[in-house]
Amino acid sequence: MKYYDKLIFELSKEDRNGFSLPENDWQETPENIPAVLRRAVPPDLPQVSEPDAVRHYVNLSNMNFGVDTGFYPLGSCTMKYNPKICEETAAHPGFSGLHPLQPASTVQGALRIYDELSRFLCSLTGMAAFTLNPFAGAHGELTGLMIMRSWHISRGDLKRTRIIVPDSAHGTNPASAAVCGLEVVQVRSTPQGIIDVEALKPLLDDRVAGIMMTNPNTLGLFETEIHEIEASVHAAGGLLYYDGANMNALLGKVRPGDMGFDIMHLNLHKTFSTPHGGGGPGSGPVGVAAHLKHLLPSPAVHCRGGFLTVEDQPEGAGRVSGFMGNFSVLLKAYTYILMLGKQNVRKVGPYAVLSANYIKESLKDCFRLPVPALCKHEFVFDGLSSGQENSVTTLDVAKRLLDYGFHAPTIYFPLLFHQSIMIEPTETESKETLDAFIDAMRSIAAEAATDPDILRSAPHATPVRRPDETLAATRPKLVE
Amino acid sequence: MLDRAGLDSLDGLYSDVPEDVLFKGEFDLPDAMTEMEVRRRFEEIASMNFPLKVFCGAGAYDHYSPAAIQTVISRSEFLTSYTPYQAEVSQGTLRYIFEFQTMMARLTGMDCANASMYDGPTSAAEAAMMMAACTKRKRRVLLSETLLPQVIETVGTYCRFHGIEITVIPHNDRTSDLQAAEAELEKGDAAGMVVPGINRYGIIEDLSGFADAVHRTGALLTVYSDPSSLAVVRCPGEWGADIACGDAQTLGLPLNFGGPYAGFLCCRQGFVRKLPGRIVGETVDADGKRAYVLTLQAREQHIRREKATSNICSNQSLMALYATVYLSLMGSEGLRRVNELSYGGAHYLYSRLLETGMFYKLNDKPFLKEFVLHSKIPPETLQKALLDAGFFAALSCGEDDLVSFCVTEKRTKEEMDGLVDVVNQIRHEVLR
Repeated sequence: MKYYDKLIFELSKEDRNGFSLPENDWQETPENIPAVLRRAVPPDLPQVSEPDAVRHYVNLSNMNFGVDTGFYPLGSCTMKYNPKICEETAAHPGFSGLHPLQPASTVQGALRIYDELSRFLCSLTGMAAFTLNPFAGAHGELTGLMIMRSWHISRGDLKRTRIIVPDSAHGTNPASAAVCGLEVVQVRSTPQGIIDVEALKPLLDDRVAGIMMTNPNTLGLFETEIHEIEASVHAAGGLLYYDGANMNALLGKVRPGDMGFDIMHLNLHKTFSTPHGGGGPGSGPVGVAAHLKHLLPSPAVHCRGGFLTVEDQPEGAGRVSGFMGNFSVLLKAYTYILMLGKQNVRKVGPYAVLSANYIKESLKDCFRLPVPALCKHEFVFDGLSSGQENSVTTLDVAKRLLDYGFHAPTIYFPLLFHQSIMIEPTETESKETLDAFIDAMRSIAAEAATDPDILRSAPHATPVRRPDETLAATRPKLVE
Repeated sequence: MLDRAGLDSLDGLYSDVPEDVLFKGEFDLPDAMTEMEVRRRFEEIASMNFPLKVFCGAGAYDHYSPAAIQTVISRSEFLTSYTPYQAEVSQGTLRYIFEFQTMMARLTGMDCANASMYDGPTSAAEAAMMMAACTKRKRRVLLSETLLPQVIETVGTYCRFHGIEITVIPHNDRTSDLQAAEAELEKGDAAGMVVPGINRYGIIEDLSGFADAVHRTGALLTVYSDPSSLAVVRCPGEWGADIACGDAQTLGLPLNFGGPYAGFLCCRQGFVRKLPGRIVGETVDADGKRAYVLTLQAREQHIRREKATSNICSNQSLMALYATVYLSLMGSEGLRRVNELSYGGAHYLYSRLLETGMFYKLNDKPFLKEFVLHSKIPPETLQKALLDAGFFAALSCGEDDLVSFCVTEKRTKEEMDGLVDVVNQIRHEVLR
C-alpha cells in the first residue's frame, strides 16, 4: 500500500474530459427551457482525461485493504472470501439491461432468480416466505419491525409499542426500532454473556411488541435459553425477531424458524458472500413465518400457474424501496448457493465455528477471555491479559495488527467490556492463514510488554498513520 | 484444529445448542455445481428475459456509462473492503467518498452531502424524518403529488411507522400547487415539504415561491432531483432548498432490474449534525499528512443506538464510487451534452408522436427527457404492440389514458422512427 495524495479536483485541467458521446444533431436544445428553470452557472466538476481518471482511482485503491488483500477478522461482519464467479454472473448482460418496470412477461428470468433465491433462503432458515427488497441489514431490521407492528395493529392490539433489545445487541437494533416508532427496553446479559431470562420475564407485558435477538449473540455465544425465551415471549403475545448478522455460525446447522423466530433478516453481504463494496451495496432479505406472509412489503413476486408476477401486497407493511432491492447482489448470492449446493452448505457454519474456536484457544493465554466458553463464529477478548500496566489499549493492538498485514478486528464492541476485541475468522481461511494471524497476535502481546511504544504509535507501515479524529470532528471539512 | 479446541468432532462445536433445533433434514437446494454448470444455468435463465429498447424512465433511466468505470469499480481493493472504520488502511474508500460528497454538494448547490443512501425513495424518507428532527415538529410532512409514486409510497411507509403524518398536496395542472401548499403550511404544524425538481410527468417544475412559503412558517424545503439534469436545470440550492435528495442512478448506473442504485442526501451547513449515515471529513495523520476519516459519528447508530439520526449502516458505497468516476469522466461538459442529446431526442419523439394523431398533449409545460401524453389508443394495446416490436415504451401512469415516454442519449433517431412506425401501424388498423 502506497500513499497517494491527490483529489480528483486537483488533476483538473480546462477542457479535458473522458467521455465519448455523439455530436448533437437535434434541433431542439435545452436553451429553449425558460430561463427561470435553467441553472445559472454550470456545476464545478473535474475536467480530466480517461487515463488520468483511471490512474487516480487505481492509486486510491492501492491505499485500501480488502478481503482479496488479506485476512479480515472483523467481528460481526463476516468478511469471507467472495468467489469471482459471482461477479461474472451478476454482470450478465441478460440481466444488467433490464428496466425494473418492464412487463413481467419480459423478465421471467429475473423473477425466477428472485423466486428461487427466496425459496433457497426459506429452506436454509425454516421461514415460510422472504422479501428480497431490503437493501441492507439495518433496512431488513426496519422492514421486519414494520411487519411486527403491522401484525399487532392488524389484530387491533395498538398498545404494543415496546421492543426488547439485549444490551449486547448491534447498534442498528435499537436504532431501527426507534425509526419504526418503537420504544426500546433493554434487557441485561448474565455474567455468562447470554440474555438474563429472569430479567426478561418481568418486562413481558401487554405493551411488548416483541424481542430482537441475535443468536449467537455478539459475544459469539449461543443463547442456550432460547426455548424458554421463545415460550415466554410468545406467551406474552410478543413476536421474536432474529437479527441474521451472525447467521454464518448456524448456516447449514440450525434454522431460526426451528427455534421459533417469527421474523428475521439475513445479510447476503455477510452469510452469502456478496462483497461489502466498502460499505455497500448489501442486501437484507426478510423472512417471516407463515402467519405473517401477507404482511411482507410491496412489491412481491408471486407464482401464478407457472407464470411469475410482480404484485402489490394490499395488506402488507408498505413499500420500503423504489423497486425490488439490490438485484445484482441477489444474483451473486444465488450463484454462491448454487456453487455450494445442498451438501457443502452444511459445512459453512461448522467450519466458521471451528476457525473461531481455534483462534480463541490459541490466544487465550495472551488476551483476556471474559467468557471462557465454546464460541460460535466469533468471540470477544477484553484486551491484553497483561500489558495494561503499560497503558496499551485495544486500539493500540488493532493498529499494530495493520503493520503485520492483517485487517484489525472489530474493537470496543460489544459495549459489555471496556477493551473488546471481537474476532471473526469465517470458514474461508486456511489453517496457515489462521496460524499466521495467531503468531502476529502473540508477537503483539509480547511487544506490549517489551516495547509498548511501538504499539502506542502504531501503525507505522500504512499509507497514513493515526488520523486526528478530533480535528476532523471539531473543524469539519466535508467537501473540497 | 479440533484438538486445540478440545473437541473430537465437528458436532461438538454445537454441543451448547438444544438437540431438538439441530437441523437433521435435507435442504431443498440443488446439488453443488461447477463454474461451467453455473454459467450454463445463467445462460438458460437469462434467455427467459427480453432486453428491450428502453423508452421509459419513471425513476430508472437508461443512460450511457463510460467503459472505464467498470475497470475502477472492479478493483477488489474497493469491492472487497468493509466500511472504512480503520482509516489507515481505507484511505482509498474515504477519499472517493469525500469526492462524492463534494460532487453531489456542487451538483445540488448545497453545502454538504453524506456518503450515500440506499436509493432515491429511501433518501426522501430520510429527508422527511430529518426535517421533523431539525424543526422538532414531528407532526406532519407535506409531499407534492407530482413526486414519483414510489417516492410517495416509501416516504409514506417510513413516516407512518415513525409517527409523522403525511399530507399529499394534489397537483395543479400536473405541477406542484404552491397555493394549496401555503394553505397547509399556514396551519403551522408541518416540518417541511418535499417537491420534485423534475416530476413524475417529466415536467421541469417552477418552484418559485416554495422556499419562501415554507420558511415563512418555520418549516424546511426538500427538493427531490434527478442529478443528471442538474447540469442544465435549476438546482435545489438555487430554489432555496434546505435539503436535496434523489437517486444517483441517472449518473450512468446500469438499470440492473432496479438495483443497486445509490440515493444521495445533501443539506445546508446548519443541518449537518442531523444528516443520517456516513460522512467523511478531512484531517491530518500523526505525521501531518492529509488524511480522511469517518466523522461526526455521534449521529450514528453504532454510537448513539436508539438516539441516532437514522438506523442506516451499510449504504451503497460502491455505487457512490460508480457515480464519482462517472462525474469525473463526464465533467460538467459531458453532463451538459447528455442533457442536450436527451432533450433533443425527447422533443423529436414528442413531435413525431403528436403527428401520428394518436396522442394529444398533457399541457404545454417544459420537459427535459421524459414526457406524458394522452393516448387515443388504449394504453394496453399500445404497449403490447410496442413490446412485440422490442420497445419498452408508453408506460401507464396510473390514470386512464396517460402514457409516459423517456428518451436518453442512448436512443437513436432510427429507434425513434421505428417506434413511431409501430404507432402508425396501429393507427392504420384502428382506421381500418
